[in-house]
Amino acid sequence: MNKKKAIEDVTVRAFGKKTDLFFNIIIGLFAITCILPLFFVVVISLTDENTLSQYGYQLWPKKWSFAGYEYLATMGGELMRSLWISIIVTVFGTMINATFTSTYAYAISRKSFKYRKFFTIFCLITMLFSPGMVANYIVVTNLLHLKDTLWALILPMAVSPFNIIVMRTFFKRQVSESIIESARIDGASELRIFLQIVIPLAIPGIATISLFAALGYWNDWFNALLYISDDKLVPLQYLLMKIQANIEMLTQNAGTGAQFAGGLAAVPKEATRMAMVVIATLPIAATYPFFQKYFVRGLTIGGVKE
Amino acid sequence: MKEVTPKGGLENSTKRKKRSKFWQKFSNNGPFIIFALPGAIWMLFFFYIPVFANVVAFKDFKFSPDGFMASLTQSKWVGFQNFKFLFSSNAAWLITKNTLLYNLGFITLNLIIAVFFAIVMSELRHKKLVKTYQTSMLLPYFLSWVIIAYFVMAFLNPEKGLLNSMLHTDINWYAEPKYWPFFLLMLGTWKGIGYNSILYFATVMGIDPTYYEAAMVDGAGKWQQIKNITIPQLLPLMTLMTILAVGNIFRADFGLFYTVPQNSGALYNVTSVLDTYIYNGLTATGDIGMSSAASLYQSVVGCILLVSTNMLVRRFDGDSALF
Repeated sequence: MNKKKAIEDVTVRAFGKKTDLFFNIIIGLFAITCILPLFFVVVISLTDENTLSQYGYQLWPKKWSFAGYEYLATMGGELMRSLWISIIVTVFGTMINATFTSTYAYAISRKSFKYRKFFTIFCLITMLFSPGMVANYIVVTNLLHLKDTLWALILPMAVSPFNIIVMRTFFKRQVSESIIESARIDGASELRIFLQIVIPLAIPGIATISLFAALGYWNDWFNALLYISDDKLVPLQYLLMKIQANIEMLTQNAGTGAQFAGGLAAVPKEATRMAMVVIATLPIAATYPFFQKYFVRGLTIGGVKE
Repeated sequence: MKEVTPKGGLENSTKRKKRSKFWQKFSNNGPFIIFALPGAIWMLFFFYIPVFANVVAFKDFKFSPDGFMASLTQSKWVGFQNFKFLFSSNAAWLITKNTLLYNLGFITLNLIIAVFFAIVMSELRHKKLVKTYQTSMLLPYFLSWVIIAYFVMAFLNPEKGLLNSMLHTDINWYAEPKYWPFFLLMLGTWKGIGYNSILYFATVMGIDPTYYEAAMVDGAGKWQQIKNITIPQLLPLMTLMTILAVGNIFRADFGLFYTVPQNSGALYNVTSVLDTYIYNGLTATGDIGMSSAASLYQSVVGCILLVSTNMLVRRFDGDSALF
């Protein structure tokens, strides 16, 4: 009932018809610039290689072709490996991040925790100052010895102090002290309270931080750029980055390339490269509209301040 | 069951009480400490120890095979020499200027456009369309700079790119520094605007509708409503976002400045920022001393800026301050 009223009120708050059309055009054009490049890349990945070398990239090519994707399928190995690395890092990274971030946030959200002030400040300080790229590099390579391991892709993003603060506010609001107190009186242990009472109440918040973490891991190429030199551990985004710098890499590593199309046609490098971009983008582009409400809610779940 | 206890028994029971008190304290706090421990250890290794490792800025750093402490202690102490070298080079001025100017541009453009879009979208008639716009505008925000670098290449590639064939020109975009400040400002803003405008949009939608009803009864037009209700209501959020951005004004978006111009040497004058300089020093030139000096310079100035903007804001409007 209340919601309906709010919607009606919003409709009252609207532009006149002409102004409305004008602003629709402006915003609509901008929205198109946001999705057009992806569409364009999909088109290039489906363009025939000869057409590409003759006419360049076109929004609507003269000749279409699946050769780029077919070549990807024959190339298999390296691409599949990078895809795997990306998936493993994303899945494990997200699990670790969501767990550690929410347990820490839960601890400092509880009034009965005597040292919550200390741990809150311990976390807040990390947001004020940045240790910088060089110092992090030295610690990761020289102290933790993570160079050329999957941990180098997972651990640097395993906890996010900002999300801890957001989740702290969320826990404070969503999980009242009295629910926990009553569970405690019934004899539940803190771990059980957390798993069976707190987490179910905090699902929207945890979903939000998990989505942000997953996105961060899937899109990460920076840690790979710093810490990965072993070809076997290259995640998809970093592979794309290397291929952009050197398109010949596509043919160098694929022994199967010669067999492609009976060895007659040249390798469709341009289309293949763009096909890889499409594959790296697809998981995000296809799913984010469904998760959008969690992302947007994430902006509002915990106003950082109280 | 009551016993008449002599002195010793009394002491005994207080001891027991003490112990049970300690035990209770632990069982009250212990589980929470365990909850917080993984995060705290992470902060130790990825924040506190690296902060301490910043002493390398004052050293002639060499990696030692004996590990971290050995590398730190065995490297020769050179005082402010790294900083002297850094600030006597032309690079220091260039990267500082570029970082500051680009970020000022981003802050201004982001603020104006995001607020403008948010207000406009809140007043559009078709709410379904607004949802579609927002979904489309969020797409670049969710993609990595590597992917966007490919998007840019599809337009700017000198031989095959769409821009050259549309304009019937033959410009080698990746070698022409004069266009890049515009490209970079545009791309940086374009990527983030969807997210930022939704942030403001959520706040606009949360404004109590009775304000607008009252204003309309008083005969206020659209523009007056926006000026006198919407914008003042958005002001705290605008302040908060600006403080955050100013605190990060010394921190450039590495992906934008490194991957999008494809690390093209011809563009260094307009694409070199603190982060790319530090990265190149760390990897390409291997000059860790200089690079760590630049890194510490970035962190310290950034921290000072964050704290001082916040203090300034708190003086004028305590509620808008970050801390």
